[in-house]
Amino acid sequence: MEAPALVLEAVHKRFRQGKQRIEAIKGLSVQVQSGRITGLLGPDGAGKTTLMRLAAALLLPDAGQVRVLGRDSRHEAAAIQRDIGYMPQRFGLYEDLSVQENLALYADLQGLDATQRKARFEELLRLTALGPFGKRRAGDLSGGMKQKLGLACALLRAPRLLLLDEPTVGVDPISRRELWSIIKAMRAQGVTVLVSTAYLDEAELCDDIVLLHEGGLLAQQPPVAFQAPLVGRCFLVRHAALQRRTLQTQLSARTSVVDALVQADGVRVVLAAVSMRTPAQPGEDWQPVAPRFEDAFVSLLAASGDGAAQAMASVDAVPAFHGNAQGIRPAAVSLDSRLRGNDGGEDAAATVIEVHELRRFFGSFEAVKGIEFTVQRGEVFGLLGANGAGKSTTFRMLCGLLPASSGTLRVAGVDLRTARATARARIGYVSQRFSLYGNLSVAQNLAFFASAYGLGGARRKARLDWAQREFELAAYLDAGAAELPLGFKQRLALACALMHEPSILFLDEPTSGVDPLARREFWQRINHLAESGVTVMITTHFMDEAEYCDHLVLMSLGEILAFGSPQEIRARVKTAAMPDPSMEDAFIGLIQAHEAQTRRAA
Amino acid sequence: MNRQRLRGLVRKEFLQILRDPSAIAIAFVLPVFLLLLFGYGVSLDAHHVPLAVVVDQPTAQTSSFIGGLQQSDFFDPRPYPTIGAARAALMRRQVTGIVWLRGDFSRDMLAGKTAPVAVWVDGVDANNANILQGYLQGMWQNWLQLQAEQAGQPLAVPVVAESRIWFNPALRSRDFLVPGLIALIMTLIGALLTALVVAREWERGTMEALMASPVTMGEILLGKLAPYFVLGMGGMLLSVAMAVWLFAVPLVGSFWLLLACSALFLLVALSMGLLISTLAKNQFVAAQVAVIVTFLPAFILSGFIFDINSMPAAVQFLTHIVAARYYVAILQTLFLAGNVWPVVLSNSAALVLMALLFFGIARRKSRKRLD
Amino acid sequence: MWARIVALVIKEFLAVLRDAASRTVLIGPPLIQLMVFGYAASFDLNHIPYAVYNQDSGYAARQLLARFSGSPNFRQVATINNDAQIAPLINDKDALLVLHIGQHFTRDLLTQKPARLQIIIDGRDSNTAALALNDVSGVLLDFNQQWAAAHSQRGPPAQLVMRAWFNPNLRSRWFIVPGLVAQLTLVVTLLVTGLSVAREREMGTFDQLLVTPMRPLEILIGKAVPGFVIGGLEGGFIALMAVLWFHVPFVGSVAALALGMFFFLLAAIGIGLMISSLAVTQQQGLLGVFLFLVPAIILSGFATPIANMPEAVQLLTYINPMRYFLIIVRGVFLEGSTIPMLLSQYAPLALIGLVSMSAAVWLFRHRMA
Repeated sequence: MEAPALVLEAVHKRFRQGKQRIEAIKGLSVQVQSGRITGLLGPDGAGKTTLMRLAAALLLPDAGQVRVLGRDSRHEAAAIQRDIGYMPQRFGLYEDLSVQENLALYADLQGLDATQRKARFEELLRLTALGPFGKRRAGDLSGGMKQKLGLACALLRAPRLLLLDEPTVGVDPISRRELWSIIKAMRAQGVTVLVSTAYLDEAELCDDIVLLHEGGLLAQQPPVAFQAPLVGRCFLVRHAALQRRTLQTQLSARTSVVDALVQADGVRVVLAAVSMRTPAQPGEDWQPVAPRFEDAFVSLLAASGDGAAQAMASVDAVPAFHGNAQGIRPAAVSLDSRLRGNDGGEDAAATVIEVHELRRFFGSFEAVKGIEFTVQRGEVFGLLGANGAGKSTTFRMLCGLLPASSGTLRVAGVDLRTARATARARIGYVSQRFSLYGNLSVAQNLAFFASAYGLGGARRKARLDWAQREFELAAYLDAGAAELPLGFKQRLALACALMHEPSILFLDEPTSGVDPLARREFWQRINHLAESGVTVMITTHFMDEAEYCDHLVLMSLGEILAFGSPQEIRARVKTAAMPDPSMEDAFIGLIQAHEAQTRRAA
Repeated sequence: MNRQRLRGLVRKEFLQILRDPSAIAIAFVLPVFLLLLFGYGVSLDAHHVPLAVVVDQPTAQTSSFIGGLQQSDFFDPRPYPTIGAARAALMRRQVTGIVWLRGDFSRDMLAGKTAPVAVWVDGVDANNANILQGYLQGMWQNWLQLQAEQAGQPLAVPVVAESRIWFNPALRSRDFLVPGLIALIMTLIGALLTALVVAREWERGTMEALMASPVTMGEILLGKLAPYFVLGMGGMLLSVAMAVWLFAVPLVGSFWLLLACSALFLLVALSMGLLISTLAKNQFVAAQVAVIVTFLPAFILSGFIFDINSMPAAVQFLTHIVAARYYVAILQTLFLAGNVWPVVLSNSAALVLMALLFFGIARRKSRKRLD
Repeated sequence: MWARIVALVIKEFLAVLRDAASRTVLIGPPLIQLMVFGYAASFDLNHIPYAVYNQDSGYAARQLLARFSGSPNFRQVATINNDAQIAPLINDKDALLVLHIGQHFTRDLLTQKPARLQIIIDGRDSNTAALALNDVSGVLLDFNQQWAAAHSQRGPPAQLVMRAWFNPNLRSRWFIVPGLVAQLTLVVTLLVTGLSVAREREMGTFDQLLVTPMRPLEILIGKAVPGFVIGGLEGGFIALMAVLWFHVPFVGSVAALALGMFFFLLAAIGIGLMISSLAVTQQQGLLGVFLFLVPAIILSGFATPIANMPEAVQLLTYINPMRYFLIIVRGVFLEGSTIPMLLSQYAPLALIGLVSMSAAVWLFRHRMA
């Protein structure tokens, strides 16, 4: 067996952030084997990016040793950097330069001479399918194309070790698939790949997984080994009568259940132990399913049980979850009754959002092409699409942030763009980047949004208390919002948006960049809100999250490709070859068919 | 130093400059804007200053004195009937000064006594008032001369000053402001632009990618210096052209010497920009720091407008670390006085020293690491 | 509505004051500028370096030179004895001027012929040269009077008796420091208001604001008030410093200054908010502030008189709010102006404030639509 490509021995790395010092890596020892794809996983703040930078010799360890391809990063940084390819989180592209110019720059930097260059460019452009876009500026490329270009730049000199830091964040499933096929091609050529990712399904594509937690190593083994202990503990539960979300709530309340997630037409359940399987309740249908990496990830982190991980995983840990659910429910009930009172809506299935022939032009470019759909009260409604499909534009028009070029849209019976300002008190909004006032403290942010929504007196106090309790923000009240861990930023953003108990909640990619545990907790809250009658409109890149929606629209190139429940959409791509397509399969299949059709028409 | 890598970096930088209008704007539009603004907006040369003239008893003597005022291009004498009216006009800022010839002016003069002429100036703008007083004294001396000649007598003044003003006989303030302005513009282009473009690489995450490639830190720094050096020299040439052809400032010294000294100063400014960018890694902070530590001192402490010799000793000491000080001295000398080698050489030596110092610190401070 | 505005104002204050960088920008540069301008930016000459080239051995020449060496305004740096030495001294900036006394100076004086004092002066810095020549004339004037009196010679037919009003010793600090009240108030107000919307746009919180029930006008008021308060406090502080630290006389009425400050802040905030609603990024906001600030200061009479500018440029200064406020500040400090005396300044300032505020409101609504 070859020597490991990357060796970390008892590495420590500290940073200063503001006044406090943070230990990002705490005595980590790990080896990355040559010729394999190693996935680097862990929740936010686990030290993934720091590890990548240590491996690229961009950071030096405070203690311990980092050996890359047999060289010590302290003394031979230049030699290391000659032999590695590194793609930072933001791809490292010059947005003003064209695809060709970016490639030429990195070719110069890596010392590729003119003769090698031509062949290499051709090969990489073919591999990344960027050939036709050679003259386009990098800034004008879609997220997926940027990511492939970034990768091509890192691959110019055929590196021996390829370091990819979260290459798939914010990138649609099609591009992710393409990227992984390139990574696999690299492995075939003998390149060692270290890739960090927030997508747990990608972990299953790796040969080996390094799971980090709070700067230390939690586990390192092949993905299959992670899943082994879970065999016989995973089930898909269907119920004849109950709604999926209600079923999920019921199931997760049982002490034997570690994790319950809405999936396909049922609820995916992970039991605490094989022995804990109890007989199915009437109406329930338990089907054993194969464990996934995600199940292992969640149960491992929940078990590691310290610090932030516990707070995050508490939703999934059974005893804690009880308390939590009770915390949510009373508020939810009061919300429910208020809604009825407000809108006089006895009709539970009243239409809350109505979009008809909606168009939006930017100059001569038609970003949204006459779409229509409706959203019923109490639904979780998903807006999906590849990068540039027009979903953000649609979303912004619905919130009243962008005027429509033509067509009608009604949110709670009014167009928010033209309605009186008070009509906006009915909606809550969480933007893509959890836009909070970064240098205001958590308490100040909460107080500001309470006032902005016109809360006063006892109600204001009650809601502020509720926000602190419900989102467990008490410990962070005086911390600046910018310094919060991402998961807490997300909680705070949600708390601010729910301060005034809106009847409609708009969420724009509320989970991008957030780790799987925080996402899970987030969805628990969303489900409870929906149960209490709040309508939730959400955009997301995560296909598994599409499953949690009651209805969704799938957009591509400004048009709606599919509208319906997750089951209906999956059914559309069902074939003999693919009897049980996942949402991702459906997404890719539908979009590729549509793009092919458009190309043919053009 | 690898030529291929350096060439790649320089080419990239040029492409970025060509595509980003703001860099071009800072390099070429800003100089034009500032030169026009300062060239036309800032002038210390008073002309047609409104003066209230009060003559209690008009006589041949008084009209000869007033005639002196009227002939001068500096004054715009306006008759007022009484001293009270003139004072009111001064309070209302309608006139900047008052010249009062009392009733006994002619009598005193004819009697061979010295007749007092009361002059008040509005002292709020002290500099302007000073200059105005100077003009009045000059006019008075001319008048004395004329009187003496007409009377066929020698001038009744013991000592007569005979001033010879070198380099700028007409004392046009534009001739000294415009060259100094070039130093200001070069500071902006050099330090501000460089600090901004490096900070941009940090902000956009491209610096991380650059650093992970085999390129050396020296190459990265040089790759930044070279393109902005060219841009800065372009801005300099534009400014010199405007100074000479638009504002008619004479360029007495050698153009090539000017070019060489400017290149030297530009190196200092660029190095300062690089140094700032190693400390401030976002554009907003970099811009603030660049303006505060390079632009403001270049404005106030360089001798561009305010005389360094008159500053308090502590402030004078401080001016020695302001690079613009040396360049302003070179500029004013080369434009107006010519190739005065001692001035050029001593100030250039200071600039060389500063360039080495700043580039050295920048080079040391910028390690190829992220922490 | 008021509760929302109050919340917004509090939030704006917190956003500015909790951020170390913006705190520094609001406190550091104004203080540094006050100190540097107060001490360094002066047109007053002292220690003018001069050289003596005396070819006369008589006592009159010595007497005259003694007057120069005794004056605090002059500092002798060299004594030379031939023509060839003049050029290097001046060229190399070792001396600003050379006093050349010819061979027959004392003889001419005693025989009542005009004696000549030649002054060779470096004209590179024209302002310094002009001022230095004034100082030389002043010394000479004194000498002449005394000489005439001592030797009972006939004096000149007329003599200028000059006085300066409002600033008898013509100290430029009295001129510049009150000007700083206007300049720094403008800078701070523009920085606070000009970047605030752009900052929210960049952080994404602006969208968050727009989806709350807040109205555009409320948001605008929320953005204006902090600029008003911070600008006003800063202006007041600098005015206090001018009086207490720099000992600039304050002879007018505080109310007149406050009223002027009110209108000036209104105008400045209007302009700041206009920039703010146009700028998408902070960078653009900063550029906008810079592009307004530099001409506004140069074309205001802050450093050089408006009357010296070309006609067309002078017309341009009429739309510059700083022009009016400078007259108000200096009037109140040095001339003892009161409100009725300054009506002709308040009126245009208020008009500019009104126009810029309305434009800001219009732009703000327009940009959001």
